[in-house]
Amino acid sequence: MSNTLIECESLSVHYGKRRVLHDITMSVEAGEILTIIGPNGSGKTTLFKALLGAVQPSSGKLKKLSSLRLGYVPQTLHIDETLPMTVGRFMKLPGGHSIQEVARALSYAGVPDLDKQQIMDLSGGQFQRVLLARALLGSPNLLLLDEATQGLDHRGAADFYRQIAEVRQHLGCAIVMISHELHVVMRKTDRVICLNGHICCQGEPETVGTSRAYRTLFGLDKDEAALYMHQHHHQHAHSGNAPHV
Amino acid sequence: MFDDFLVRAVLASVGVALAAAPLGCFVIWRRMAYFGDATAHAAVLGVALSLTISAPIFVGVLGVCLVMAMAVSLLNGRGFAMDTLLGVMSHTSLAIGLVAVSFLSGVRIDLMSYLFGDILAVGKIDLAVIWGGALMVLVLVIWRWSGLLLSTLNSDLALASGFNPKREQLILTIALAIVVAVAIKVVGVLLIAAMLVVPAATARPFSITPEIMAGVAACLGACASLLGLRASYLFDTPTGPTIVAVSATLFIATNVAVRVLPLVSWRPVSRIAKSSRAKNIQELNRHGE
Repeated sequence: MSNTLIECESLSVHYGKRRVLHDITMSVEAGEILTIIGPNGSGKTTLFKALLGAVQPSSGKLKKLSSLRLGYVPQTLHIDETLPMTVGRFMKLPGGHSIQEVARALSYAGVPDLDKQQIMDLSGGQFQRVLLARALLGSPNLLLLDEATQGLDHRGAADFYRQIAEVRQHLGCAIVMISHELHVVMRKTDRVICLNGHICCQGEPETVGTSRAYRTLFGLDKDEAALYMHQHHHQHAHSGNAPHV
Repeated sequence: MFDDFLVRAVLASVGVALAAAPLGCFVIWRRMAYFGDATAHAAVLGVALSLTISAPIFVGVLGVCLVMAMAVSLLNGRGFAMDTLLGVMSHTSLAIGLVAVSFLSGVRIDLMSYLFGDILAVGKIDLAVIWGGALMVLVLVIWRWSGLLLSTLNSDLALASGFNPKREQLILTIALAIVVAVAIKVVGVLLIAAMLVVPAATARPFSITPEIMAGVAACLGACASLLGLRASYLFDTPTGPTIVAVSATLFIATNVAVRVLPLVSWRPVSRIAKSSRAKNIQELNRHGE
């Protein structure tokens, strides 16, 4: 049990009267890489917010290890050009970290010499690494990445995931990420959870990748009828779009 | 020394400039310029209310500005776009304020002094109110600086660091109402937004961190106030508008200089080109989904 960082049991989340998530039972073990995939509107980000504590579950249990330290890497965010900000200043927001700690986090994330740069002048890949470095500052044992490679091209995304695998080797932290880019993620990941309001299927990437629930959820079967058949089994609409691959 | 009306005018305008500048930075970063304008316009209604119940102007203006700001925040995202909402509320509140003032028979008030300020008539009590309010805003902004900055950058990042973006928004709203309430005597309802926005916008090309931008904006605001007072004394022009005109001149001059001088010119220009490109890419991604 001591290896389980975070555990939820039949967790549900409602926004007003709308049920976004239901019957989520899952756990994150120390040191593992877990990927959450699902179409748009399937509640991936909501599940993340529940794990972060930004959204209160309407029912169910959420247990966190007392020594849990969360690091959060958001989706690519747009920093307004009216706001001047150096990488160094951004890293020390809200503060409490020494120059050495900031330098170490930046080098773990693969961008050691950027601290004097304006954030506006960074490339997408560099900025995403800075966000990763910022999340590493509190030496987390669980890192949450919310579609962290959005806006990066395939090569940039692959490089970023390589960096993350390296970070795990150095720090030994568990990693939970949301992703659309199934093929790039799957090679590195230990476990995949396929989400659409509830957990459709989960397991090792190979198992999930070939499972029918996953293939119909993402419309990967050429036979369109499969989609409708699947809708009979579960009572929810698969309105999400197929991911860009 | 407070007996000289010019000394009082100098202190009043510098006090307002110092409080308005850092707040003005947030107004720019969060794209709230029109929000500041709407809050300021509501102040006329506050003046009418204060005169009706014979309360101090500061109290009435502060109250109405707070109500206005809260109303806008609450209605935002409920079927109206923010700019539509502000366009309606800003001018409605100004119009209703002006109508309300006209009902105040028996009280002779100089409407112009509330619309454009009457800095030369600032008394000792006004001065105390202005500096009290200005210090309150400065303390509030400095105290909450990290949270305000982080929730301006990204609300999810703020949440992950334990700040509540809605609370930070509320703090900014309150600070804005206080600035409007103290600035009404100095530059008047119609020009308060300029005191917020212009010095901060002028400071942008010279700043590499948010703190520097706030500091430079405060200095520029104070300089514009002093130069404006001097100019209005020399040319016998209305003081509030002269201060804003000087401030705008500084804005134009620095922007021309930054683009003409080769040493500094590349930074802001390349930055704008880059960010518009980044925006285009974001747009494409959004459409692609």
